[in-house]
Amino acid sequence: MSSALERPAWSRRRALSWLRGVTITIVCLVFVLPIVWMFAAAFKTNVQVTDPSVGLIFSPTLDNFRNVLADGEVLQSLRNSLVVGVASTVLSAIIAVPAAWAVGRFRMRRTGSLVLVARIVPAISLLVPWYYLFAQAGLVGSYTVLVLSHMFVSVPLILWIMIGFFEGLPVELEEAARTDGLTVFGAFWRIALPLAAPGTTTASVLAFIFSWNNFMFALIFSDETTQTAPVTLFNFISYASTDWGGLMAAATLMTVPVVIVAIVGQKFLVAGLTAGATKG
Amino acid sequence: MAITQTSAPARAPLPGKPRARSFEQANRRLKWAMLAPSLAFVGLMIIFPLVFTLNLGFTDAFGAVNADKDYVGLRNFGDALTDSRRFWPAVQRTVLFTIGAVLLETVLGLALAMLMRKPFRGARWVRTVLIIPLLTTPVAIGILWLLILDPTNGIANHLLASVGILPQEFLGSVSQSLPILMLIDVWQWTPMMTLLLLAGLSTLPAEPEEAAHVDGAGVWQRFRYVVLPMLGPTLATAVVLRSIDALKTFDLLYATKGPGGGSSFEAETLNVYAYGLTFDYQEYGLASAVLVLFTLAIIGVVILLRRRPGRRSA
Repeated sequence: MSSALERPAWSRRRALSWLRGVTITIVCLVFVLPIVWMFAAAFKTNVQVTDPSVGLIFSPTLDNFRNVLADGEVLQSLRNSLVVGVASTVLSAIIAVPAAWAVGRFRMRRTGSLVLVARIVPAISLLVPWYYLFAQAGLVGSYTVLVLSHMFVSVPLILWIMIGFFEGLPVELEEAARTDGLTVFGAFWRIALPLAAPGTTTASVLAFIFSWNNFMFALIFSDETTQTAPVTLFNFISYASTDWGGLMAAATLMTVPVVIVAIVGQKFLVAGLTAGATKG
Repeated sequence: MAITQTSAPARAPLPGKPRARSFEQANRRLKWAMLAPSLAFVGLMIIFPLVFTLNLGFTDAFGAVNADKDYVGLRNFGDALTDSRRFWPAVQRTVLFTIGAVLLETVLGLALAMLMRKPFRGARWVRTVLIIPLLTTPVAIGILWLLILDPTNGIANHLLASVGILPQEFLGSVSQSLPILMLIDVWQWTPMMTLLLLAGLSTLPAEPEEAAHVDGAGVWQRFRYVVLPMLGPTLATAVVLRSIDALKTFDLLYATKGPGGGSSFEAETLNVYAYGLTFDYQEYGLASAVLVLFTLAIIGVVILLRRRPGRRSA
């Protein structure tokens, strides 16, 4: 560049940094405004929801939430989602964390790549055999089926995150523990597992969220009493598509817990979501 | 929620036992013992069902799940591959949706990652904003966009009108549905790309870029010839993961367009088609053949994408 441009270089840098801030702010608004719009709609009357000139400033009402919670179906489905989410996550962690440790410690990359297979397989190709199996066992509609099917997502997810996590733990600590007399299992149980607590928590929270969000399995395998929240929400669209306020209130009830977890655990969730990406 | 261990049972090591000899053996047994539950799960819930589905693909299974069925050889595969009414259009939509969405997500995600790369005030909050769309229930996302894009009552047409654009049908239109759904996918998943690429960027050494800077390389040149090649492996992984998920997109499509992807099948991808064949028409044989072809196609895409930059293996 010419020398005339060198003098205001300082202010040019400031202008660039300001431009960067503005761009990032706009990007954030693009991602957050639709969600804010949903939350706002949940507090609007049905006249206000369908009038786009009513923006984000209006006098809020709790009627939608009252109506949605009154018939009990939504509350029941949220409870079902919670039960299935917790059960599938806990069971997945119990079987996947030790397996991840074994894969990570004994360098069983080939066994570990089974995880990728589980990610590739379209879930629908499992639904018919599952249906066949579970129908024979008289389990369709039960929590058991929902928990088992949701584990199809959470077991590979926890394996994926925890293999990387255990590989990142220094093996020296476990070796030292073994010279001090612990068995190999003891080294896992008393040393590796406590050290892996942050990873296990992150993986479990993500597994829970993906179970909470899961739609397809419950669409097939649940009945009226075990229906999870996304299915109830979906049925709302088909049968009550004019009740936008109620729909948005139900969607808000589903989304708010996730948003709270995202705000509280942002750092860990980002680490969990991006785990393994930089290893190629 | 997690199985963070409670106090471990006091488990005294057995003193004086000749451990060294059987150590490797014990290790091997322990290793497989710890893997066994997960392997059993994968075998029972994934491998066995896949074999089951593969087998069904060669039969005329129809109607009740346990009804009698006969082997019909490759007929289902032939039927699927010669079906230009539902199958091939679904293939085409799946390909268009995936390429369009992943391409946009990669370009936008990379741009956003570069923008956020240097630390700035409020980065924590921006990351929080970025993870919210991808952690939100796809069904809720679908409903939310149905409201925003509602042709008569939605804010989108209201905003378009204020800049003089005629109202659009959006998801009510046969031609606009798939592009709109693609853009919703871009909205939901671009943050994932950004986060993956930011993680990749944070592991890059600073020296090559500094050296290029000293040698007089401009911003674009440093990005194109220094950062981008180093980011290659992460970029490849991110594209593979996103492509797998985009190919299999179901929740958003089904929640907004319903069975068959709408009255003219305008949003019917392979996944939605296979779902309909299975649960609306009970065509288990044909559905299984379609699913086998679909799974093979996904594996093909993964192999293709993974061998491009470098030759890393999982």
